[in-house]
Amino acid sequence: MGHDRLLPTLLLLLGIGVWELLARLLAVPLWVLPPPSRILAALVRDHALLRHHLAVTLEEVAVGLVLSTMLAVVLAVAIVSSRVVERSLYPLIVASQAIPIVALAPLLLIWFGYGLAPKVIVVVLICFFPIAVNLVDGLRGVDPELVDLVRSLGGSRWQTLWIVRVPAALPAFFSGLRVAAAVSVIGALIGEWVGSSAGLGYLMIRAASQFHTDRVFAAVLLSALVSIALFWSAGLLERAALPWRTVPRTES
Amino acid sequence: MTSRAAPPRVELRRVTKVFRRGRERIVALGPIDLLVLNREFVSIVGPSGCGKSTLLNIVAGLEQPTSGEVLLDGQPAPERLGRVAYMHQRDLLLPWRRLVDNVVLPLELRGVPKHEARRRALPWLARFGLAEFAEAYPAQLSGGMRQRAAFLRTLLAERPLLLLDEPFGALDALTRAGLQEWLLALWEELDRTVILVTHDVEEAILLSDRVVVLGPRPGRIVVEVPVDLPRPRAYDVVTHPRFVELKARVLGALRNQTLPEVHRDGP
Repeated sequence: MGHDRLLPTLLLLLGIGVWELLARLLAVPLWVLPPPSRILAALVRDHALLRHHLAVTLEEVAVGLVLSTMLAVVLAVAIVSSRVVERSLYPLIVASQAIPIVALAPLLLIWFGYGLAPKVIVVVLICFFPIAVNLVDGLRGVDPELVDLVRSLGGSRWQTLWIVRVPAALPAFFSGLRVAAAVSVIGALIGEWVGSSAGLGYLMIRAASQFHTDRVFAAVLLSALVSIALFWSAGLLERAALPWRTVPRTES
Repeated sequence: MTSRAAPPRVELRRVTKVFRRGRERIVALGPIDLLVLNREFVSIVGPSGCGKSTLLNIVAGLEQPTSGEVLLDGQPAPERLGRVAYMHQRDLLLPWRRLVDNVVLPLELRGVPKHEARRRALPWLARFGLAEFAEAYPAQLSGGMRQRAAFLRTLLAERPLLLLDEPFGALDALTRAGLQEWLLALWEELDRTVILVTHDVEEAILLSDRVVVLGPRPGRIVVEVPVDLPRPRAYDVVTHPRFVELKARVLGALRNQTLPEVHRDGP
C-alpha cells in the first residue's frame, strides 16, 4: 500500500524539482513557462478569483453528471429490456461518440447561448456514454441462473429486475461512473472555451490571452484536482454502495 | 394435512422436450411418464446429458414441455412458476445479500415484510447451524454452509414439492456425506415431497423411497427401483445387504444403458 503511492509521488516531486531548477537556471520568461513555485504563488494570490470560477465549473460538472447518470440509466434499461430499442438506438448511441464534441460546442452556443445549458449538454454528451455502455454490459452479464432462481420462486419481471439484475449490474455501473467522473471536467472546459463568461475554462482562455501564464497553470492544476477528486469520490461511493465486494473472504 | 390417499403430487404424462439448434432438432427428453406421490422422496439418476436437469426445469415451470402434460396435485398446471421450490447444484446465493437476506428471499418475493420474514427464518437458521453467520456475505462462507443456506432458502419457499438438482454435487466427499446424513435426519420430520436429481447412486438409495433410472439422451425411464429399506434410516444403512443389492440393481441398469456406447467406440 505504502509503496504503491511512494513511487509515483517521488517521481512527481522529482519532475517538479527538475522543472523548477531548469526554469530558474535557463531564466525562462515567466509568460512562457513559470516555475512551479510561481504557479503555487498564483494559486494563493488569485484564490478568490479561482474559487469564483471553480464554483461555476463545479456546478456545470455536477448538473452534467447527474443528468448523464439519469440518461444513461434510462437508455441502458430500455436497451436491455427491448430488442427493438436495442436494434434502433444502440448503434446511434455508439455513432454519437464519433461526432467530435469540440465541433458541436459552437452549435450549442448558437442554440442555447452563453449560460449553463450548453456546458451541461457537452458534459452529458461526454459522460453518458461510458456509464450507459458499462451498465448495458452489466445488465446483460447477469448470471441467467440467478434470474431463473427468482422466476422459479414466482418473482415477477419487476422483482427480477430489482432483486437480481440491478444489484448485479452495479459494479459495472460504478466502473462507468468512475470514467465519466474523470472526464466530466473536460466536457465543462470545452463548453466554456467556446463561449462563456465564467468558469475555469473561461479563466484559462482569458489568462492566456493576457499572458498570465502562472494563472493558466493554476486553473489547469485546479481542474485536474477536481477530476481526480471526482474519480476518487466515485470509488468511495462504490465501496459504500457495494460492501459485499470488499468483505474479507474467510474460506474455511 | 393431506393423506397418502391424496392425488399424486406430480404427474408427467408423455412429456417430451425437443430443442432446436439451427435446423437441427435435438430430442432431449422423453416421452416420460412419471408419478410422484405426496410425501414421497424420488431420486432420478442417469448418465450426464440424459435430460435430468431439463426434467426438473419442466416440473419447475422454467421450461415448457414440447409435448405432453404436467399435473400438480391432480390438476393440469400449465403455469408452475412459484408453485414448486427448486434448488440448484450451484448454491445461487446472491453475493450482495447477507446470508439471512438470501434465505428469506422466497418470503420477500411473496410480500412478507422484511422483519417478519427474518423473524420466521431465525429458528431455522439455528437448526441449520447458520445462526452465527446470519449477517455474513456468501463470499465469507464455506461451500457446505452455502449449500445449507441454499437448502434453507428452498424450504422457506414453503412449497409442498422440492426439486433438488444435484444439491451436493459441487462439494467435497466429506462435506457431502455430512450433508446427506443431515438431510436424511431432517427429511424424517419434513412434510414435503422431493424429487432429487443426482448421479450418486448411493446418495439416491440412501435418501429415497424410489429410484428412477433414466437412459442416455433422449432421457427415458429405464427402470424404477423401489427402495424398501426401513425408515428412519441412518447413514450406516449403506452397509446393509439390501442396500448393496439395490445399489447393484441401479448400477446394473445404468451400465446396461452406457455399455453399447463403449462397444461401438471400441476397435
